Amino acid sequence: MEYKLTFKDYANALTKGKLLGLKCKGCGNITTPPKMTCQECGGTDLDIVELSKRGKIVTFTVVNVAPEGRQNEAPYIIALVKLDEGPWIMGNLIDIDPARASMDLIDKEVTIGFRVFPGDQFSPGDQARPVFSFA
Amino acid sequence: MRKVAVVGTGHTPFTFATEKTSIELFSEAAMDAMNEANLKPKDIQALYLGNCLGDFSEGQAMLQSYAANDIGAFHIPATRFEGACASSALAIRDAFIWVASGYYDVVLAGGVERAASMGTPLATRTFSMFTDSHYEYPAGLTFPAIFAMLAHLYAKRYGIALEKLKEQMALVSVQSHYYGMSNPKAQFRKEITVEDVLNGFMVSSPLQLLDCCPFSDGAAAVVLVSEEKAKQITDKPVYITGIGQASSGKLSAQKDYLPRIRAREESAREAYDMAGIGPSDIDVCELHDCFSIASLIAAESLGLFEYGKAGAAWEKGETKIGGRIPINVSGGLKAKGHPIGATGASQVTEIYHQLRGECGERQVEGAKSGLTDTLGGDGVLCTLIMQRGW
Repeated sequence: MEYKLTFKDYANALTKGKLLGLKCKGCGNITTPPKMTCQECGGTDLDIVELSKRGKIVTFTVVNVAPEGRQNEAPYIIALVKLDEGPWIMGNLIDIDPARASMDLIDKEVTIGFRVFPGDQFSPGDQARPVFSFA
Repeated sequence: MRKVAVVGTGHTPFTFATEKTSIELFSEAAMDAMNEANLKPKDIQALYLGNCLGDFSEGQAMLQSYAANDIGAFHIPATRFEGACASSALAIRDAFIWVASGYYDVVLAGGVERAASMGTPLATRTFSMFTDSHYEYPAGLTFPAIFAMLAHLYAKRYGIALEKLKEQMALVSVQSHYYGMSNPKAQFRKEITVEDVLNGFMVSSPLQLLDCCPFSDGAAAVVLVSEEKAKQITDKPVYITGIGQASSGKLSAQKDYLPRIRAREESAREAYDMAGIGPSDIDVCELHDCFSIASLIAAESLGLFEYGKAGAAWEKGETKIGGRIPINVSGGLKAKGHPIGATGASQVTEIYHQLRGECGERQVEGAKSGLTDTLGGDGVLCTLIMQRGW
């Protein structure tokens, strides 16, 4: 069985300003990032849908110790965002000085854009990733 | 299914960067485990070895085969287990199943890691391989970052002011360091204070340096045998009476269930059901305190405290020896150290000696039932329950 929406197609869409997900014909829930099956019911009858690119921050952290090869990016903020459609996605919050990040970020509304992680010796090349800006 | 006992353990010191190879470290622990069980290498029928990052730390994959040969267990089947920080717990669980099934009578299981030898940048990068490489690592995700996000989520979910939660988290590290003082195998044998924790370098907010376990080198090994064999070896066998294992999807896919890890709850329930006991029957617990907040999350999901209340339990001393349920009196991952591939076997070693009354200053008197909880990555869980067999 082939993937309805692969990483490559999801990432390519992200670089064109589209956040894609999968709507389950069985239970109606949305899954993104994409998977073989619905995250809620395991169903495989899925339609690709374009999402609103809006959500709320549910949690965050300011990273000061970065992995090898990414030390020059620190400090940076990672956030988990709950999309209006329900799924959570991970990305970087780019709209605020990391020194000013606090618990007040939680529940703030954001919109979703993208940046490209150029990869490193362990990665298979460019990887588009979501970034968040205040709505 | 047959009963399965642990009858011998070996445990190297857990240390900062060592000059010993992974095979040397594991072989030392393995020989000690066999000696403790009065068994010879020729008695070992299979080796199950947990190791995560040998490929990166010293360019050594397939070390299970070379380790079997090194210890003189020639030509036995040897299998590597990789489940991030839970690798050797998974190895022990599988060893249990194969002995319980009757296929083997004697299996050596354990693990080894040289995480400290990699240095912080490479160790941070390779530990990040235990996250989703395509959908989450590109954000720069690290292990402290995962638990840092869970800490903020925990504060929000349970309505605990972050400052208060951080004090409770600091007490987890303080307790672990206190008990690490009486563990000769521990990497840190130094007391710390709440102020030390709260004044530490901020690794990934809100986690400071002493909220985080160290990178460590070390190995641990245990011998598992059938009941019949155990009775020939010792009059104090420790039986594994409950096992559980479960898996999770990437962190974002766990969404609204967070900061709880559902796989831990599934794994724990499986182990409790199999053993026919509950959380209140556990006398001593070694749980996966890779970060201070991780201890609170784990203790709650194991059913030891109510959700949102574990921090208060540490504050009241309920997790100390003499308290309701002594937790991580080995010093835990925080003070004892966390050579990731070896951690599950190290936890089992501690419970084994606790149940046999061999832990000296840090002995939990009269402990009859113990539990280990080992977490790999953001959601491989293994729970093992052990009970006195005499």
